[in-house]
Amino acid sequence: MTVINSREETGRYIFEIAGEFNIYSAVQLKDELLGLLGSHKQLEIDLGAVEDFDSTGVQILLLLKREAQRQGRSLTFIQHSPAVREVLDLLNLVAELGDPMVIPLDARGGRP
Amino acid sequence: MNLDQARGALVQEARELLVDMEDALLEIESDGYNAERVNAIFRAAHTIKGSAGLFGLESLINFTHVVESLLDQVRNGEKSLDGSMLSLLLTCGDYIGSLITAVEDRSEAIDPNPELRAHLISQLNEYLEQGVEPVVEPLPEQTQLSQVPSGKVDVLTGEEVGSDLWHISLRPNSDVLRNGIDPLSFLRYLSKLGRIVYLHTLTDTLPLAEGFDAESNYLGFEIEFESQASKQEVEDAFEFIREDSQLLILPPHSKIEAYLNLIVSLPESPRKLGEILLKSGALTAHELQRVLALQSAAPQPAPPLGTLLVEEQLVAPPLVSAALSKQKQADDKRGHEQVFIKVEVGKLDELINLVGELVIAGAAASLSLRQGSPAAMSEANEAVATLVEHIRDASLSLRMVAIGEVFQRFPRVVRDISKELDKDIELLITGADTELDKSMVEKLADPLMHIVRNAMDHGIERSADRLLAGKTQRGTLRLNAYHESGSIVIEVTDDGRGLDRSRILAKALEKGLVPPDQVLSDSEVFRLIFEAGFSTAEAVTNLSGRGVGMDVVRSNIEKLRGEVEVLSVFGQGTTVRIRLPLTLAIIDGFQVRVADEAFVLPLDQVVECVDLGQQQDLHDLLNLRGEPLPYVRLRSLFGLPPSDGTRESLVVLQFGSNRAGVVVDQLVGELQAVIKPLGQIFAQNKVLSGSTILGDGSVALILDVAHLIQRASAAAENSVSANLRRADGSAAVARTQ
Repeated sequence: MTVINSREETGRYIFEIAGEFNIYSAVQLKDELLGLLGSHKQLEIDLGAVEDFDSTGVQILLLLKREAQRQGRSLTFIQHSPAVREVLDLLNLVAELGDPMVIPLDARGGRP
Repeated sequence: MNLDQARGALVQEARELLVDMEDALLEIESDGYNAERVNAIFRAAHTIKGSAGLFGLESLINFTHVVESLLDQVRNGEKSLDGSMLSLLLTCGDYIGSLITAVEDRSEAIDPNPELRAHLISQLNEYLEQGVEPVVEPLPEQTQLSQVPSGKVDVLTGEEVGSDLWHISLRPNSDVLRNGIDPLSFLRYLSKLGRIVYLHTLTDTLPLAEGFDAESNYLGFEIEFESQASKQEVEDAFEFIREDSQLLILPPHSKIEAYLNLIVSLPESPRKLGEILLKSGALTAHELQRVLALQSAAPQPAPPLGTLLVEEQLVAPPLVSAALSKQKQADDKRGHEQVFIKVEVGKLDELINLVGELVIAGAAASLSLRQGSPAAMSEANEAVATLVEHIRDASLSLRMVAIGEVFQRFPRVVRDISKELDKDIELLITGADTELDKSMVEKLADPLMHIVRNAMDHGIERSADRLLAGKTQRGTLRLNAYHESGSIVIEVTDDGRGLDRSRILAKALEKGLVPPDQVLSDSEVFRLIFEAGFSTAEAVTNLSGRGVGMDVVRSNIEKLRGEVEVLSVFGQGTTVRIRLPLTLAIIDGFQVRVADEAFVLPLDQVVECVDLGQQQDLHDLLNLRGEPLPYVRLRSLFGLPPSDGTRESLVVLQFGSNRAGVVVDQLVGELQAVIKPLGQIFAQNKVLSGSTILGDGSVALILDVAHLIQRASAAAENSVSANLRRADGSAAVARTQ
């Protein structure tokens, strides 16, 4: 079961995706996240609690970025969980998404 | 399907494949080399590796990979399969089996047997290295180069690119995700074969929100890959996604034309692709220029996008169709295995058909109830009862499995033990399709294994001894199963030296198991080997040592409400016969009454019912049409109040070849008895095998026919021998007079 929790921190709207972000939740998350994007000028999505992340998840992140750009809104993904990081690293999409990613020291030796 | 179920399916499938592999190996050993069987072995290893890849089970992947490499060489005729390689492969199969068990227990992170693994891998590598020296295998690059360009392109130019990396273009179809295939798992697997130097994810086809389907795939991948793997191995990494995608694999130093073909056939524009190739380091700027120049020179219009024509020139002819149908089969299988039971479709259809009829009969019954006609009601009731009985049989048959499931492990066991003992033994299996309850299959395996080991170890002689005894050099062990009057009978027969009656008797006397003056029949003597006293290590070995552990066998079989008997002819062989009830759940019963108590006898074992009339008992024996028949009175057995003088009836029972009668007050009739176990308090009472609830809610005891018969026979023998002694005594008295 995947849920979206919301919190507000000093004027920032942060929505946290908790649970699996994969083909089982893709349809639901796509609709809900697009809805959120439409109703917030500035949006941060916390990926720290994402457990399982697959290609459908990647596509939704890409879609949201493009929609944000088209609608002239600001969207940032934060706190990428290890599952998300692994996939984005593998697909070499970190730069394309352009979000700051916190990389733990122990996980990635010499790589930036 | 969630991940746990998929793991379960993987385990189940791998086990089946291992059985196939073992069968094929044993067949090769007995009947010689056969390409089809070698292929079967290869496929088994290959599929296990493939499924393991989807789960990232590295230990399993790496090991099966080595096995598979060797098998591949065998398959291509580069290696010949000899006896020691067969043994090695069998052991590898066992080791893979233990890895699968680890996966099942979720302990795959720990190697079940690291020493064995290291040993096997070094042996496998020895075989593999032997093959490198002969001229059979040219360097991988060369093979691929000759494969890559088609003849037509080759004429143009032979210029090669400088990059020593593989270039892989993967464009999965839009519906792969919906089909449960995630391209990510293939990329992860690829990184096990080598190093992904550069990966570019193509996101151009990703639509905007309106046209976006969350479950469609819009991604494509361009990969620069560094690996020593062969082209086949790299292709195999994509085996399960190949037919659902456009896949181009260019080995290191491919020709410029190959890149041209790539650019032409991929959906992206040449300029975009060129940029990617340049960025990824696949082509130098100069090389890219050459490619683009060739491209503009190529005749227009360019071949339709995604045409397979080009791909076929590039990809070494893979066994695409084979892989495809294989994958389908695997998928089908997984479908069944979600619930982990395999049922013959025919059986299921029959059951559904019967349920359909029951629905109709139920409607008829309620109609007749509304009409209030007693005749119609009883007719409808009759129809429903018959159908319920049929449905019971049909649903119980769903639980039935062929005993072949137990037998199938024995070819391997017999092979291994006969090697170990240095004996020449042939195994014959008959009646493997005889069915029995699934729950029994598991419990039967151990006792059977014990009997088979005993027969091979102590029963069958060495070849030299056999020739001396005038037998064939090769010993024979036979496993047989068949149905007989509500039981399943399993026999293990050997043509070895047989049991030595006099030695067993002597041993029994020594142990004090029988009184010295007792006269025993052969079967009684042989039954002694199941006594606990015989199961000591000191059991004389040339007594054929069969006592060892046989008491455990007997108690295991008796737990299943079965019995074991031994038939043997000294010098000619031994048969151990196990008799088990067909099912443990529901039986057809025959209900009788004594005083006010109800008892149920298994109908299968009831032979006939006889009116006892006024006949009085003579020493626990009855005269039934001239034959003596031992019998027991349930009244005295259970200490029930004496009869009120009504006529009694005799029910004749049979179990195996033994008969006996029970005397009861009243015969009630047939019923279906759902067996309920009795509590621990009754565990000692062997005459009772369970209880059941009758239609009126009262409890009836189910009698164990085997024990009833034993009891009756024992009582009859005692009274007869007492009688004889008395007769002898009076004769002696007469003489002295």
